Amino acid sequence: MKKYVIIGNGAAAVGGIEGIRSVDKDSPITVVSKEPCHVYARPLISYLLEGKTDLKRMLYRPEDFYDKNGVTVLYGKSAEKIDPASKKVILDSGEELSYDSLLCATGSTPFVPPTEGLESVPKTHSFMTLADAQALEADLSPETNVFIIGAGLIGLKCAEGILERVKSVTVCDLAPRVLSSILDDDCAGYIQRKLEEKGVKFLLGDTVKRFDGTTAYMQSGAEVRFDVLVTAVGVRANISLVKDAGGECTRGIVTDEKMSTTLNDIYAAGDCAESFDITSEQRKVMAIMPLAYMQGHCAGVNMAGGEEKIDNALPMNSIGFFGLHCMSAGTYSGECYEERGEDFIKRLYTDGGFLKGFILIGKCDRAGIYTAMIRNKTPLKEVDFETLKKDPALAPFGSAYRKSKLGEAV
Amino acid sequence: MKRVYVNEKWCLGCRLCEYNCAYANSGESDMVKALRGKKIVPNIRVEQDGDINFAVNCRHCKDPICVKSCISGALSIEDGAVKVDHDKCVGCLTCVLVCPYGCIREGKSGAVTKCELCLNNSCGEPACVKGCPNRAIIFEDRG
Repeated sequence: MKKYVIIGNGAAAVGGIEGIRSVDKDSPITVVSKEPCHVYARPLISYLLEGKTDLKRMLYRPEDFYDKNGVTVLYGKSAEKIDPASKKVILDSGEELSYDSLLCATGSTPFVPPTEGLESVPKTHSFMTLADAQALEADLSPETNVFIIGAGLIGLKCAEGILERVKSVTVCDLAPRVLSSILDDDCAGYIQRKLEEKGVKFLLGDTVKRFDGTTAYMQSGAEVRFDVLVTAVGVRANISLVKDAGGECTRGIVTDEKMSTTLNDIYAAGDCAESFDITSEQRKVMAIMPLAYMQGHCAGVNMAGGEEKIDNALPMNSIGFFGLHCMSAGTYSGECYEERGEDFIKRLYTDGGFLKGFILIGKCDRAGIYTAMIRNKTPLKEVDFETLKKDPALAPFGSAYRKSKLGEAV
Repeated sequence: MKRVYVNEKWCLGCRLCEYNCAYANSGESDMVKALRGKKIVPNIRVEQDGDINFAVNCRHCKDPICVKSCISGALSIEDGAVKVDHDKCVGCLTCVLVCPYGCIREGKSGAVTKCELCLNNSCGEPACVKGCPNRAIIFEDRG
């Protein structure tokens, strides 16, 4: 019997539990959960405020998940320190948990930039956790003017989630465009117009110089009056536990293909971890939920003595605003193939005979065929890419490929 | 487990599988009522490659990337089959972004729709296979 400890209770932790249990059915697993609740789907908090899901439906795993998997969850407790020499985790309550194998799935924390006068703002919120969403909701009414700092995925999903419930939503960002981490100017403009049509107001390429109560004085000279402030500038990986224990960290916890840190018997997964992006060929924190789960699963399998590795990770996102879907994957380098129409944009990026990335807005059917080509590094010369670039399908892969995928168990 | 397999040499490209799928998953007891004048969103689709036709539906992969990627917990594996909980799904389409076979699509309700081997509708066995006139799709255990 081994003793497994997982710090964190999000998607990476669930991956860890399911990964461990795919190899080791019996050994005890202890989860340290700072949040006092069953694991829920974090990106769904905007859907919760929009009324498109509820607390029960947004559970990431069924209510009997921990019981069925023999997991003890320590709710409302946080890890203060890892002692790798004695293989112990010390909790804020003073308790000590000894482990044979440890998974650090500590996620990230919203970063709030220091701004003059911020402390004078009466109602400020982050938008990361269920508790954040519930606290924000309590401050909303049809008369509320909301000011969101940050036009990234979190800020814009927040805007969509609350728009119908408040008087106005204004979003500012230092970047000159929305979703600056995943879109270029052109595609970002398309999404921005959609949000503007629905009533969201934007101040882009602008930042708050100082706050005075419920007024924001912008660098541009503009003034924004608001009732509620939401800060969604970005997040920082929670690396301190591993860093303080002597593990190598950069912006995230450094991991190898097995999600092992540089410390013995300590693994890391999810938004706290840094891993290799095959499309940019760089190590980075790719804070996306599917990868968090997969990294957790990979760590779990290895913790339990099995073998799994992740050598095909890439950044990717699927996000929708008011029914307009936007997908992105990989890196936008090399040659660009573009199609566009009234209601869609399609961009495929090829480099060195491989598909490296894409942006699809408004027309996303079967996009996974492209994603798999990036992930699998499918040589373009082995497929009929001229046909494929117009419509993702299996026909352009040829009959041998189809036979192996459609005629056999995969 | 039993899955749906394709024999593309025998496919006539008649698309009956698409209609039978849409009917089986419509909840209607009358095929005309289920399909007439409606835009169908079947979970199986016929593709063409020159003279060759073949039908594509969920492979019910042994290690399904869609389930691993689902951000809401709506996709799960039940006795080897990948199923979707339409109440939990918020239609983010992350599964569409990752399915290598393009076999999950946005449904009419906003939630995604995919082949569940007709295990969760009144048909009880894959309607596409049952109605295929030329055995170009078959439901059997190949491991």
